[in-house]
Amino acid sequence: MVDVVWLIPALPLAGFLFILLFGRKAGDPGAGYIATAACGAAFAVTVAVFVDMLSKNPEQRTSVVTLYRWVPVGSLQVDLAFLVDPLSITMCLFVTGIGALIHLYAVGYMHGDPRFSKFFLYLNLFILSMLMLVLGENLLVTFLGWEGVGTCSYLLIAFWHQRNSAATAGKKAFVTNRVGDWGFMMAMFLAFQAAGTLSYTGLNGVAEAGGLAGSTATAITLLLFVGACGKSAQLPLYLWLPDAMEGPTPVSALIHAATMVTAGVFLMTRMNPLVHEAYTWAPTLIAIVGVVTALFAATIAVAQNDIKKVLAYSTVSQLGYMFLAVGSGAYVAAIFHMVTHAFFKALLFLGSGSVIHGMHHEQDMRRMGALRKLMPITAFTFIIGWLAIAGVPPFAGFWSKDDILMYAFAKSPVLWVLGIITAILTAYYMTRQVIMVFYGKARWEDAHADNGAHGDFEPHESPKIMLIPLVVLAGLSIVGGVLLLPFRKSFELLDIWLEPVVHPGQTDIIGTWAYDNKYLLMGITVVCALVGIAGAYMVYAKHKAKAFEPRLLEQGWYYDQTVSAFMGGPGRQAFDGVAWFDANVVDGAVNGTGHVVRGVGDELRKTQTGNVRNYAAAIVVGVVALLTWFVIFRGIL
Amino acid sequence: MELFVFVCAALMILGGAIGVVLQARPVHAALSLVLTLFGVAVMFVAQDAHFLAAVQVIVYAGAIVVLFLFVIMLLGVDQADDLQVEPFPIQRPLAAILGVGVVGMLVAAVVSSRNTPVKPVTVTDAVAAAGTAPDSNIRALARDLFSDHVLAFELTSVLLVIAVVGTVLLTRKPSRSESKGAGA
Amino acid sequence: MIAALQPTTTWYLVLAAALFGIGMVGVMVRRNPLVMFMCVELMLNAVNLSFVALAVKLGDIGGQTIVFFVLVVAAAEVVVGLGIIVAILRRRPGATADDLAELRG
Repeated sequence: MVDVVWLIPALPLAGFLFILLFGRKAGDPGAGYIATAACGAAFAVTVAVFVDMLSKNPEQRTSVVTLYRWVPVGSLQVDLAFLVDPLSITMCLFVTGIGALIHLYAVGYMHGDPRFSKFFLYLNLFILSMLMLVLGENLLVTFLGWEGVGTCSYLLIAFWHQRNSAATAGKKAFVTNRVGDWGFMMAMFLAFQAAGTLSYTGLNGVAEAGGLAGSTATAITLLLFVGACGKSAQLPLYLWLPDAMEGPTPVSALIHAATMVTAGVFLMTRMNPLVHEAYTWAPTLIAIVGVVTALFAATIAVAQNDIKKVLAYSTVSQLGYMFLAVGSGAYVAAIFHMVTHAFFKALLFLGSGSVIHGMHHEQDMRRMGALRKLMPITAFTFIIGWLAIAGVPPFAGFWSKDDILMYAFAKSPVLWVLGIITAILTAYYMTRQVIMVFYGKARWEDAHADNGAHGDFEPHESPKIMLIPLVVLAGLSIVGGVLLLPFRKSFELLDIWLEPVVHPGQTDIIGTWAYDNKYLLMGITVVCALVGIAGAYMVYAKHKAKAFEPRLLEQGWYYDQTVSAFMGGPGRQAFDGVAWFDANVVDGAVNGTGHVVRGVGDELRKTQTGNVRNYAAAIVVGVVALLTWFVIFRGIL
Repeated sequence: MELFVFVCAALMILGGAIGVVLQARPVHAALSLVLTLFGVAVMFVAQDAHFLAAVQVIVYAGAIVVLFLFVIMLLGVDQADDLQVEPFPIQRPLAAILGVGVVGMLVAAVVSSRNTPVKPVTVTDAVAAAGTAPDSNIRALARDLFSDHVLAFELTSVLLVIAVVGTVLLTRKPSRSESKGAGA
Repeated sequence: MIAALQPTTTWYLVLAAALFGIGMVGVMVRRNPLVMFMCVELMLNAVNLSFVALAVKLGDIGGQTIVFFVLVVAAAEVVVGLGIIVAILRRRPGATADDLAELRG
């Protein structure tokens, strides 16, 4: 059964090729159904492989399916192979599952768009790349998928490329990702040089056996983390994600909520034995960056007015939580949060897309309100997503967030405090969003009256094809917590499932204060969530307190502007300097060699006078020299 | 007696050689060359290389120099060279120095090795069978040529044929159609 | 006393060396292609002379065989060389070696 794992990426590839050739003919909605079918079939195959894996013993669940030798160059032997183990199958399940749901949603959302089939072409290509990333047996196949999803995110963010802002956002995403890719590539080079192999089993094996120097492992870890920062939008390189909201909402849901941004977390988890071998300040650094990003993004989300921008910053914040988990050695918690986040964030994005669709592409929350009665199903599912992300039990988000905070406390109480503050802010801004969109006064009527727009404008519920995924995701957000319930060891299903993959790097916190008092910590988390909700309720529903939305936060602490100023100013000068160096010194050396050769040739050319007598003279000089050599030096005399 | 012959022949040789180099008109130079060649032929006779002397006179003096004269006459390059002018200032001094150098080196080599003992050469049976008759030189030469060096002999004949054919081709005037087709 | 002097091999070789040197100088100094050719013939004769002298000294008839071949090859060389000179001078009458400098680099 494991042998058919190649079908999992092959089906979206087939969908891609089919739509490439026949997409225009299939049209709207034919191309969409084909893409959805491809993704759904991949999900079915994944489920089959998963079920088969469940029936095996835990030690036998890891296998490698090699397709062929991809790079046979001297000592670099890289196969195109898939590593089928609990981690990759878990990732595949939710990539294909949520991917299929989003494909279905997009059939309804993109209806009427002139480039309908091209959208699904890119979506299938994205799913293919993500599956290659996740199933890859070595860093190179993962990198192939990594680059693929980067390219697809560019193509999809800039899908409505006639809009300047969309085209710019696409470029920004690609370029920022590229900076991260540099880190990935350097890590690959270093890993190959240190261990002679790029495969995960090889590298992790060498690391576990102690074959890597601590400095090497640290360097590789940090370089991979640079790559992860780019892809998963952590602090220095997060600025592409809010702008990426220019893309259609299904794109935001798929790429920026559920799948692509999680690639960084997946990579760190995959390399956990290597991270374990690094100096301890490296994971601490990862945890600090994660929690600071989480807090930073949460503060910005508090002041955003675009419905999608709030969710974008929320994504950055939740990704920060995942890296906090990775840095604290809680890989299972990170994956758990990744899964639950996929559920509720996709739900929230799709829900916001439904709102936007129903509001005829209005995205400013200040012009929404009181939509609950007009879009009941959207509202209901959105509220479930809200409860999940705010961390209200028994919804999925509570369990995963709490698990992370527990490990964070075990690492350092300071990290836990920052995490708790972020949790409060998360609850606060999500409640703010729910109230502004679905409750309160129907501000869209005023706006409409001011605009004097077209005819009778009434926000309406979205078509059924868009609502089905919402309902499914809502259900998953409710029950998702089942994967890891902390009450009893046997309830920690995800922990048991992923144990063979993460056990080298997973921190054992049994016996720490955090573990012993986990119910206390759980209670504090619940209280914080309720505090956040209550606070937002006071400000936005009851208007008892003034709304705190300073310009600083709305502009994202001016981080974006700072980066632009730097890149345009001193950055540009540095780049120009490097370019000058390349053109003059490097090229100059190469061209200079040519000039020198030509100069010497020009001088030597003068000996070719064409005159026989000069040649005769030269010959005779040679003869005399030879004679001199033989007669005088070789000693006839 | 032999000394006298040697001195006379040497004077002929050197005189003719200097004449070739210094005569302004090519015809005079060719005639000086004939003098030199005769001198060399006399030297050959003095050293019992009778056949070679005969061949020298017949081939070199008789054919080659005649060829030279034909070309000089036919092409009308008989004008006297202007020996005063020398386009390359360095050429004459350099030639003088190098000439002295070469001659000096060779003489030094020759003189310093004049007492070196000579290894006895094994005479092949074919050559020894030539005996000591008055025409033994030509016999010995013929035997050596046609037994040990017959392949080189045959190849040389091929070379002669090729040379003749090649020269005919080189000096052929292009026919009317060819010259029209090839252009100016 | 003087009559008792016998010309030895060394004398012949020195004479050949002188002849060779004169021929060499002639090639370098003369501009007329035909005269240059004649100077080359001088050099060849010098070599022939030395071969015969050494053949006598060493008692090896091979020296004379070599001269035979040199003679033949010199003849062939003259034929071809004069053919070339004829071909050139037909087109450019009165050209000297200095004028024929097409192979200038």
